[in-house]
Amino acid sequence: MPAFLNQLPIGLSIGAVLLLIALGLTFTFGQMGVINMAHGEFIMAGAYTAFLLQDVVLALPAAFLVAGVMGLILERAAIRHFYGRPLDTLLLTWGVSLVLQQLARDLFGAPNVQVPAPSWLAGGVGILPYNRLFIMALAVAGVVAVWAYLTRTGLGRRTQAVVQNRRLAATSGIDTGRVDMLTFFIGSGLAGVAGVALTLIGPVGPALGTYYIVDAFLVVVAGGLGQLRGAVLAAVGLGLLNSYAEFWSDASLAKVIVFAVVIAFLQVRPQGMFVLRSRALT
Amino acid sequence: MRISRPIVSAIVLLALTACGSDAEPAASSNEIKVGLLHSLSGTMAISEVTVRDAELLAIDEINKAGGVLGKKLVPVVEDGASDWPTFAEKATKLIRQDKVATVFGGWTSASRKAMLPVFERYKALLWYPVQYEGLESSPYIFYTGATTNQQIIPGLDYLKEQGKKKVFLVGSDYVFPRTANKIIKAYAAANGMEVLGEEYTPLGHTEYSTLVNKVTQAAPDAVFNTLNGDSNVAFFKQLKSAGASAESMPVLSVSVAEEEVTGIGVDNIAGHPVAWNYYQTTETPANEAFVKAYKAKYGANKVTSDPMEAGYNAVYLWAEAAKKAGTTEVEAVRKAAPGIALDRPEGRVTIDGENQHMYKTARIGIIQPDGLIKQVWDSGEPIKPDPYLKAYPWAAGLAAGQ
Repeated sequence: MPAFLNQLPIGLSIGAVLLLIALGLTFTFGQMGVINMAHGEFIMAGAYTAFLLQDVVLALPAAFLVAGVMGLILERAAIRHFYGRPLDTLLLTWGVSLVLQQLARDLFGAPNVQVPAPSWLAGGVGILPYNRLFIMALAVAGVVAVWAYLTRTGLGRRTQAVVQNRRLAATSGIDTGRVDMLTFFIGSGLAGVAGVALTLIGPVGPALGTYYIVDAFLVVVAGGLGQLRGAVLAAVGLGLLNSYAEFWSDASLAKVIVFAVVIAFLQVRPQGMFVLRSRALT
Repeated sequence: MRISRPIVSAIVLLALTACGSDAEPAASSNEIKVGLLHSLSGTMAISEVTVRDAELLAIDEINKAGGVLGKKLVPVVEDGASDWPTFAEKATKLIRQDKVATVFGGWTSASRKAMLPVFERYKALLWYPVQYEGLESSPYIFYTGATTNQQIIPGLDYLKEQGKKKVFLVGSDYVFPRTANKIIKAYAAANGMEVLGEEYTPLGHTEYSTLVNKVTQAAPDAVFNTLNGDSNVAFFKQLKSAGASAESMPVLSVSVAEEEVTGIGVDNIAGHPVAWNYYQTTETPANEAFVKAYKAKYGANKVTSDPMEAGYNAVYLWAEAAKKAGTTEVEAVRKAAPGIALDRPEGRVTIDGENQHMYKTARIGIIQPDGLIKQVWDSGEPIKPDPYLKAYPWAAGLAAGQ
């Protein structure tokens, strides 16, 4: 197969990685508007969970719980006191991210650690290794689960109600504090799941989160806040753009091109691809 | 143990400053202060912490053997924090405030370039322990790692001997890989090798599927890898899962040592060659003692690597020069240093008087399934350091361009 055709599945697989790391952020940032700079460190927590268990499959639910509980603690202990103060939240969570990185360094050591890839993920189809297909499948499953949660469950519908109009939701008897907690738990847990998947293709070390955090925000902002379909489209679009830009230039220039395209796009559509329409007075 | 040392040295420092700043601390006490300046936090901490540990071990050993000129060495540890201006700032602090006799420090070329003007300005000494891109020779720096003709050129000689004619260059996007690749391209042109491609990725890059596609499509005989840091993990994992094999397309790395192999995963990198001057398995009496002492101090599961050994050597070489000079005064130590030869873990190391680099033996090793590196080739004898590649006609344009 010609090299440039190979870039199509490669672009889709890059998109799947982007989607997976951004999925949790569509909750915490997208739904709740919290700029959580420690999102990357929840990804890292997931990766270290996989390291501790030495088993990728077992680690998926475990990492969801570990990262989710970490998110829950962060939300209850700190972030909830800062709602409506995005700049303070940004500084707060950035500080938390530095603390968590150093904590990982003290607990697990500065060098990278190794998570064994399951033997059934060795090999591949065409240009795509099985581990990439696994990540793509996981991303699809994640999107379906999130979609089902938001539209098919009572809790999910309450989450949407709070996002669209917090005061009216509260007036209707929804405990918005509990919804916030749950939303943060799920969003952080999804970051943990992404961390487990990333152990298949990348380094597992204290700095892991910093490599992915910018891309995650890029996807959510380009897709439109709180928009699942926006995140999916943005992730796939950016993945393909990245794949072809790097193919025809190099990795450094591809990053420049991706950022330039996103900036230009946000000039035209500052709200991202999809806009949440709401009657709230905020 | 890790934390206690900086605290101890901080207490010593406080105690000394409390004695009154009028006193000359270095002269008045029975101690000699030496600075250790490495990144203990940030992205480079992964590598630099181990070098600091090796330097602390050397200081311990020298103190146990009676110290230098009858005085004990006291380390003053500072954190460069993976931030180049911080290195310059902390170097100034060590020289001006702590009045250290010498500094051991740095890893990245960027940190060395940031510290160089500081050491030249205050006429202080820096011992730099990592292989680098050459084309530098400061009178106030001693370079105990390899320069290009002791690592990269032997690596290319090895590939040529193996009959590898077509190479692909992969590197991180900064000064070392770009300079190294200039040298590799000049070597290739003069030796009938073909460079099929040259690709750079930003430091910390983790998405290698496109690059792996480019490399496999070009189908080179070998890849010359100058990636640094965590990128190596992503690159080797993704290369392996794309089905590349070490037999048909070996990837020769110059920045992957024992310490990095675990993080990459032995399965992903076993069989690939690396180029260094020292391996944990290098068979010398000095190395047996070094590995034993290091494991005893820091844990049985720790490994030793080339930059650690070069940092460990640096302390001994400086101590030897100070003994020979009869003082720790910088100019006297510089004058005494040329020609000093010690049997170190990597074999005989001699300080070159002309450029203050070391004569070192080049070694190519293959990464083994147990994570250690087995030597398969060496240069036979220590190679004279040639940072400007004056002895290589094909490199004439490179040094002139600097």
